[in-house]
Amino acid sequence: MLEFRKEYFKDERDDRLNEVGQPRQRQDMLGHVTGRTRYFDDHAFEGLLHLKVLRSPHPHARLRSLDIAAAERSAGVKRIIRAADVPVNKNTLLSLIGFGKDDEPLLAVGKVRYKGEPIVAVVAESEAAAYAALAKIRVDYDPLPAVFDVEEAIKPGAPVVNETYPANTFEYHEKYNHQKLRFGDVERAFAAADFVLEERYQMSPIEHAPTETNGSIAAPETNDRLVVHTCTQALFFSLGTAAKLLDLPSNRLHFIGGTVGGGFGGKVDSLTEPLSILGALLSGRPVRYVLGREEEMLYGCPRGAERHYIKDGVMRDGRIVARKVTSYFDAGAYTRLSSYGAVKCIAHLPGPYTIANVHADSYCVFTNRTPATAMRGFGITGVDFALEVQMDKLAHKVGMDPMEFRILNAYRDGDMKAHRRQAHNCALIECVQVAAEKAGWPIRDEFRRMNSLSGGGGERAVIPATATDEAGRIGSGRPAGTTPPRAPAIPIPPPPRLPQPVAVEPRAAPAARPIPPSRPPPAAPGEPPKPATPGPQHGATRFSSVFGTRRR
Amino acid sequence: MAKHKGRGMASINYPIGMNLGGDPSQALVHSNPEGKFTVTLSAIDLGQGMKQVTRQIAAETLGVPISDVYVDTADSDTGPHDMGSFASRGTHRVGNAVMVAAKEARGVMLEAAAEELEVNAADLETDGRGNIHVKGAPSRAISVKDVAVAAQFRQGKTIAGRGIFLIPLSEVNAETGEMSPVSCYAHACLVADLEVDDETGEVTMLKMTSAYELGRAINPKMVEQQLVGGAWMGMSHALYETPEPYYPDIAHGPRDFNEYVMPGPGDICPHDIAVLERPAPDGPFGGKGPGEMCANPVLPAVANAIFNAVGVRIDDLPITPEKVLRAIKAQGGARPQGAAAGRR
Repeated sequence: MLEFRKEYFKDERDDRLNEVGQPRQRQDMLGHVTGRTRYFDDHAFEGLLHLKVLRSPHPHARLRSLDIAAAERSAGVKRIIRAADVPVNKNTLLSLIGFGKDDEPLLAVGKVRYKGEPIVAVVAESEAAAYAALAKIRVDYDPLPAVFDVEEAIKPGAPVVNETYPANTFEYHEKYNHQKLRFGDVERAFAAADFVLEERYQMSPIEHAPTETNGSIAAPETNDRLVVHTCTQALFFSLGTAAKLLDLPSNRLHFIGGTVGGGFGGKVDSLTEPLSILGALLSGRPVRYVLGREEEMLYGCPRGAERHYIKDGVMRDGRIVARKVTSYFDAGAYTRLSSYGAVKCIAHLPGPYTIANVHADSYCVFTNRTPATAMRGFGITGVDFALEVQMDKLAHKVGMDPMEFRILNAYRDGDMKAHRRQAHNCALIECVQVAAEKAGWPIRDEFRRMNSLSGGGGERAVIPATATDEAGRIGSGRPAGTTPPRAPAIPIPPPPRLPQPVAVEPRAAPAARPIPPSRPPPAAPGEPPKPATPGPQHGATRFSSVFGTRRR
Repeated sequence: MAKHKGRGMASINYPIGMNLGGDPSQALVHSNPEGKFTVTLSAIDLGQGMKQVTRQIAAETLGVPISDVYVDTADSDTGPHDMGSFASRGTHRVGNAVMVAAKEARGVMLEAAAEELEVNAADLETDGRGNIHVKGAPSRAISVKDVAVAAQFRQGKTIAGRGIFLIPLSEVNAETGEMSPVSCYAHACLVADLEVDDETGEVTMLKMTSAYELGRAINPKMVEQQLVGGAWMGMSHALYETPEPYYPDIAHGPRDFNEYVMPGPGDICPHDIAVLERPAPDGPFGGKGPGEMCANPVLPAVANAIFNAVGVRIDDLPITPEKVLRAIKAQGGARPQGAAAGRR
């Protein structure tokens, strides 16, 4: 059942359009419902070879020796691909857009960092022949202590997962082991709050479970190029990643895809294209590399685990005055996209609410598990779970209806967000009102009359004096999460129109704390972001570091 | 031993096209000599309807019927650059690029029509049915097909356009987190009604009721597809899915769909949805993007409903029967929190 509530925001829309807003049938519908749509694996090639990889049985181990002699003689084997055969065997996905240091080999070198990490690839006449050859490869492993919990991983003395980041944390701005969000002074606001509630939330990894597993077919063409049929959900991302790992000019690769049997974020990492292309280059024949279901589920990169600690200060009248969050994103053994997910979390906090004092630290942590990647709602899904369960608990704490509690604290047009940009185009209040109405959940008239267009801005648009700190500085040896230095009193913006007049927190003079001279003045709300200067890059230069380490 | 009904809610917003900018999408649009248009992209259709949403945006912008537009995507030799379909950037980023390209092509089309009709191009409009006419004088008209023929064979003009949509890169401040992360936000509020069996810990979904604000719905049926399917995924995330059921222990990894537990057709529930449209000032025709955010409110709404039903807070996802049962036992039995607001 779906209805459109056209009466909301009617003045902001011109509904006299011909095609936009019409329930047209998709151009690809017939193919999908009759099972005739062509996917990457529906392309037949004469002389097609099959590629399979040997995966580590250990979550963390040194590779002492590798014996491929028997596998090379195995029936149907055309080529064994070792780490040394990969032209540029170190990459990080976001290097294409300038974030982070190369930290992941295509095939493991020296050690393996998660159970299932690829070590060697076999290219053979059939999948069965490839599997038979894999069974004949002898690897001498020296198991190492492994770490699986994000908070264990950042303790001093924890096993080093990924030597590129020896403290087991991604490095932000070449300076901190986490991304900071600082807005106002939470400690002062906690002291003034009627209630303080601190809770811990955890999300386990989640598998994308697409119908079609990750895969690709690469075939040499007669013009010195390779055609690649792929289910990537990021065509030029995958092309660029393959070109970098294989040290090929981008125009030698012809990628064809665009019709994907389910992605949900699990087909951005270019898991198969580089090896199928390398197999085609080394064998001179078309090579197909498709993950089996077990590989897809265990080693095909899940939505990563997250842990969030939320501490809120709330007044008796229901206003939230402070929110402090510490977030740990479990990247697994390599960065992939997790460094970005942690920043997305920072941009999202404190959720769709106007809170005068917000403090957050977001960590991207390395552990000895399958590298995590993006998934539908990346950086937000687990955060929203934590925030909204916390909101329910807070509503109970102050004895308010959960719907009314949301409306009271909701952000409105003109409010200042914690990342220092003014909110506009808000519609949270209206969604709560409509859901309440549809569900037969009564809310009081005052809350039914509120809206996102009014009651915001003004004093709610003020950027408060903010205490900054140097906690988590890389190499400083200082523990992360140090309490920030106390700042002078901070103002708490007034509430939106309330059902009852309430005592507003006494307002103190704006802080006299000087802004550190090194810190540029905050940009005015709405000011366009400054373009960054491009840094040296492999291949096409796009832009430089935003929050990670600039590639050199 | 009993089954307890519970009701919970959650409200959320979601950043659309969140990637700190700096990552544009491109689009090309051209007409054949019969006035039939092809949109060429490198975006990916994951089933979400990338091709159809850009097709409707192109047809609307060009001013031609949908049947005169097809979308061809993801051939790196012909499609212009696009990093990929992620971060809810399809409708917003690619849609905007298609609008830019379609506007340029429309400009050439109207110039060619003006030459045929011997009028000023600024005085022309499209009727959306394949004709171009003088504003206020529908009889002074020419078909798009005749314009395309004239452009190709008499005027030597290419009815084509190039589009790119770039949100400039935003720096992130190391000390404060100050940044311009996003273009616009979608919003949602969802109520979950469910039942908890205090003997087994099993949770049965009874109903979901929701309101989603998504900017302009470019195609209402595709919005419905996203919201219905996405909420199922949210419910699956809430109650079923993980490859590491005892995280941080990596054991018990699933190998197939027998071991990776997900809801089946008998486990899903009715979902009553309202859609609100507050157009995004910088979205194509105000469009935002429902694809990613639709699952998010379900997880906390389910957790809050379980608390309402039996009085236990499960703060670890997924909320498996084992966790529910252990929590009920730990508190000495189910403690229903009383009829939640409006629960029938």
